Amino acid sequence: MARKEKDYDMLDSVSKVKLTGSDYVIRGIGYVFITIFALASIFPFLIILGTSFETEENIISYGVTLIPRSFNTDAYDLVIKGGTIWASYGLTIAMTLVGTACGLFVCAMTGYALQRRDFPYRNAISFFIYFTSLFQAGLAPYYLLMTQTYHLNNNYLAVLLPLMMSSWLIILMKNFAKSVPHELTESGKIDGAGDFGIFLKIVMPMLKPGLATVGLFLALGYWNEWYQSSLFLQNKTVLPLQYRLYKIVNEAQSLKNSVASQYVDVNNLPSESLKMATAMMTTGPIIFLYPFVQRYFIGGMTVGAVKG
Amino acid sequence: MAVNERTLTPQGTKGAWKKQLWNSKTLIIMCIPAIIYFIAFSYAPLPGIYVAFVNYNYRKGIFASQFVGLKNFDFVAKSGKLWSLTKNTILFNLAFIVLDNFLAVTVAILLKEIQSKWFRKVSQTMMFLPYFISQVLVGLLVFSLLNSDTGFLNVVLKKLGAEPLRLYKTGDPWPIIIILVHLWQKTGYNSVVYFAAIMGIDSAIIEASMIDGANGWQKIKHIILPSLRPTIVILLLFALGGIVKGDFGLFWNLVGRNPILFQPVDIIEMYVYRATVSDFNFSTASAVGLYQSLIGFILVITVNTIVKKLEPDYSLF
Repeated sequence: MARKEKDYDMLDSVSKVKLTGSDYVIRGIGYVFITIFALASIFPFLIILGTSFETEENIISYGVTLIPRSFNTDAYDLVIKGGTIWASYGLTIAMTLVGTACGLFVCAMTGYALQRRDFPYRNAISFFIYFTSLFQAGLAPYYLLMTQTYHLNNNYLAVLLPLMMSSWLIILMKNFAKSVPHELTESGKIDGAGDFGIFLKIVMPMLKPGLATVGLFLALGYWNEWYQSSLFLQNKTVLPLQYRLYKIVNEAQSLKNSVASQYVDVNNLPSESLKMATAMMTTGPIIFLYPFVQRYFIGGMTVGAVKG
Repeated sequence: MAVNERTLTPQGTKGAWKKQLWNSKTLIIMCIPAIIYFIAFSYAPLPGIYVAFVNYNYRKGIFASQFVGLKNFDFVAKSGKLWSLTKNTILFNLAFIVLDNFLAVTVAILLKEIQSKWFRKVSQTMMFLPYFISQVLVGLLVFSLLNSDTGFLNVVLKKLGAEPLRLYKTGDPWPIIIILVHLWQKTGYNSVVYFAAIMGIDSAIIEASMIDGANGWQKIKHIILPSLRPTIVILLLFALGGIVKGDFGLFWNLVGRNPILFQPVDIIEMYVYRATVSDFNFSTASAVGLYQSLIGFILVITVNTIVKKLEPDYSLF
């Protein structure tokens, strides 16, 4: 990638000499179009951010806003004083850490084993795992299994476990593991190391880009999770962050429950600014972190994630 | 080696088989957690598909409930619901596939035109943001922009002295809104693949074309687009394989809780979700789900067969 980028810059220096009229037109369109698209991509966030610092009266009279007319942090105070948001934070962080760590380890272990050319059962096991993405039972049988057979209704495991792995992530990891030279495994064998030892001590350190990419996909999945929660955690008091937001956005009662009644009249809540402040608080960490990790997601798309 | 031994004696075959198993025991054990996981969460629900063929009784459980054959399928098919769900799911996906890829290619080509590295990086990062947020927040963002009381669109319309648009009172504009929101959320992500492909074009080819006097548009038409063609074809084909799978999170968070809005744009996933979670009508939900799974399965197999013929390297299996 770095080399191509360099080639491309060299190309620029050539093109600077011989630009035709339509080159300038396309370049101009490029700057205008990309600027508009980029601004449109962040605009709704700026609206939420601006409105979260606005008073409820102003929101109702003037609508949402980029720049608050009377800057205040009442909505945030109310969310924070309610206290329960920290429990949600704790739950989401715990699930993200535990789920990502466990999922990552198993994905890496399986992905490494499945790309070993001297592993005779690799194709059979790969297909066994891959088949799960080709044909699914559907929501109703899955729901019945989780609630009637596993009895996971109102159990955080019902959210933690289903997000831990997917055939796609294992295949992605397998492709990353392929790029670790097979000679390392061979030399490990000669030194008398077992397959698991080779994986843990020799391959894992070489697998860092793959671990970062798969780990970040897993972590994003856990942080943004609301779907499994909406199926299985309906009666829990402490909810994962995004499902908490989902409830507050969609149910008036949840909005009332989210704040502490001793601080405010719950029948006269600043509901609009509260929603905005909750949205900012549940999404904030992602907005701050994603610019630093986005390259790993790009890696996930370009490492040949397609091939099984 | 195993082949040689097999030709020697039947006993040798048995020994080789055991030896092979013994030699790879550690690798097998390393795969076992994942195998158990997929058995527990992907294979274990499969027998439950039988619920689609019974009149589900909560107390009796799936397998003791009364068998009714294809009655559950008949029920959704005869009411016309199955057809309208299928039609909506496919039409939305077709729109997504065509527009997503068109816009992603456009953005990738225009990004290449951006000379300033800084400008390109910052705008790419900005366009990538919507990919990272939950569909719940997308629902709230859209509501904040479009609702008739406090929404941004109506704030602007009011300032211009125009009548407010009551978009949450009628289903008509929602197909367009859903498509636009989908494009908004996915384009930054989708364009990355095409941008990488453009960056991968041998710079000597473009250089040569400029020496031959090719202008900007000719470069795009005769060099960039043809070199993107394999990527476009493969991505389109795989998207077609998933054409009966809807983007549940997007639809549900935009319109899923408002019958006026969702009736005209109802997709298979929303119907199955409602039937399961709100109505506890597991038999109907499972019938529709099975119908979707089967079509999806056939489509993926078909697409993979085609891709295997065109570009064997890109086939899934």
